Amino acid sequence: MHISTNPWVWIAAILTLAIYSFLYKDNPFYKFAEHLFMGLGIGYGAVLLWYNSIIPRLWNPLAHGTSPTRFFLLIPIALGLLSLGIFSRRYSWLIKYPLAFYMGAVTGLSVPVAFEANIFEQAQGTILKHSMFSNPWLGISNIIMFIGVITTITYFYFSKQHRGLLGKSARVGIVYIMLAFGASFGYTVMARISLLIGRMQFLLHDWLGIIK
Amino acid sequence: MGFWDRFLKIDRRWVFLIVWIAVVIPLLKPLGLPTHITPPVKKLYDYIDKMEGEDKAVFLSFDFDPSTMPELLPMGVAVIRHCFAKKIPIIVYGGLYPQGVGMAKMAIDMAKTDFPDIKYGRDYVFLGYVPGLYLVILSIGESIQGTFGNDYFGNRLDTLPLTMSIDNYEKIGIVVDLSGGDIPTWWVAFAYQRYGCRIGCGTTAVSAAQYYPYLQTGQFVGMLGGLKGAAEYEELLVRNGIPTGRRTATIGMDAQSVVHLLIILLIILGNIGYFYVRRRERRA
Repeated sequence: MHISTNPWVWIAAILTLAIYSFLYKDNPFYKFAEHLFMGLGIGYGAVLLWYNSIIPRLWNPLAHGTSPTRFFLLIPIALGLLSLGIFSRRYSWLIKYPLAFYMGAVTGLSVPVAFEANIFEQAQGTILKHSMFSNPWLGISNIIMFIGVITTITYFYFSKQHRGLLGKSARVGIVYIMLAFGASFGYTVMARISLLIGRMQFLLHDWLGIIK
Repeated sequence: MGFWDRFLKIDRRWVFLIVWIAVVIPLLKPLGLPTHITPPVKKLYDYIDKMEGEDKAVFLSFDFDPSTMPELLPMGVAVIRHCFAKKIPIIVYGGLYPQGVGMAKMAIDMAKTDFPDIKYGRDYVFLGYVPGLYLVILSIGESIQGTFGNDYFGNRLDTLPLTMSIDNYEKIGIVVDLSGGDIPTWWVAFAYQRYGCRIGCGTTAVSAAQYYPYLQTGQFVGMLGGLKGAAEYEELLVRNGIPTGRRTATIGMDAQSVVHLLIILLIILGNIGYFYVRRRERRA
């Protein structure tokens, strides 16, 4: 057993225990750790943004730069300042301009690539090709996937009552959806337990030195 | 009140205690359960492995914060160790959100201890945070130097040998994104679809299920899913004689397996109890 002598490890360990104390019941130690975490997170982000973004990318080029194009930086600064109008009831309408710019730019950039990655490629992946049957198991799993995609989509087709063939297909689709939920839940359990394992490793290894 | 009535109304704090015991005991007394390698992990490992001797770099992005550190940090450490061992140039990026920088720094410090001949600037470069989210992904396609200017330590990128020769996706063999959210899909959309750069993904278990379609369509080269994925990558490093240091993911997998059995048992008992009580109430 080699208990850590690093004060930062001790602080982290005590805060970990304070957070876990919530599992018993809400208490002031948990509240303290929670608020400390929130404050530190926001403060850390703000400082990083100030020193990595505003100073080197806005202030330095404008105050010390010589390039004539540096004045283009005034455009995003102006848009950013307009968004502060939200804090005033009288000038809140000013935020429409930066928002419109942002929405336009994001939509223009995202739509073509998002369609390509999330719709066209996925649809293409569902089409059964000769290469998908290179071995029997691969072929079976691709057929199962093909049926799953078709039946799940029919479940989400609401312009016709789910009766007859459509109803049967939709019922198969429900089975696939339930299987997907089950897989997601299994993975979620694994993820949450991993976090507990990580903290326990920290407490038992880094802090108390009980495990190697 | 019978056994099943009491079982269904059990104070959840008892469940927390049982889960805690199920985690701690395998950590104190490891069971040494084997780690089997799954195809998504093997594909990613092999892809990076085959980059040995090429003049292309691995671009490793740390898009996570301390809340998902137990799952994703071991992946980052393992990928960096793999690149260091095979002398594959690696650009470690602190990620699209500010919190990733600390994670990346920690991973580099943990990985480089066993590789004294690795030289900063020649074998690896550490890029810090710049704002812009997916605009950063697009901007890297034009120029890494133009996007970042300096590395994490303040060195100009046009003075470092690695970033002098590698300035956009043309010289990046693969982007490996470590994230607990949907950021890997941003890399697919903006780096793969737009610039044709191959993408690998390391993600938390909770997000893994949603990424299998991207894997099936080949938009991801491979994927590390949760602690299990990290443990598999560590195992591949061991099998190939690469130093791994303390294998945190592998150590955690014993506890993971025990808790999974416990959860399965609790779900089965819960269902038996639920149906038993319901049938008894209907009869009454």
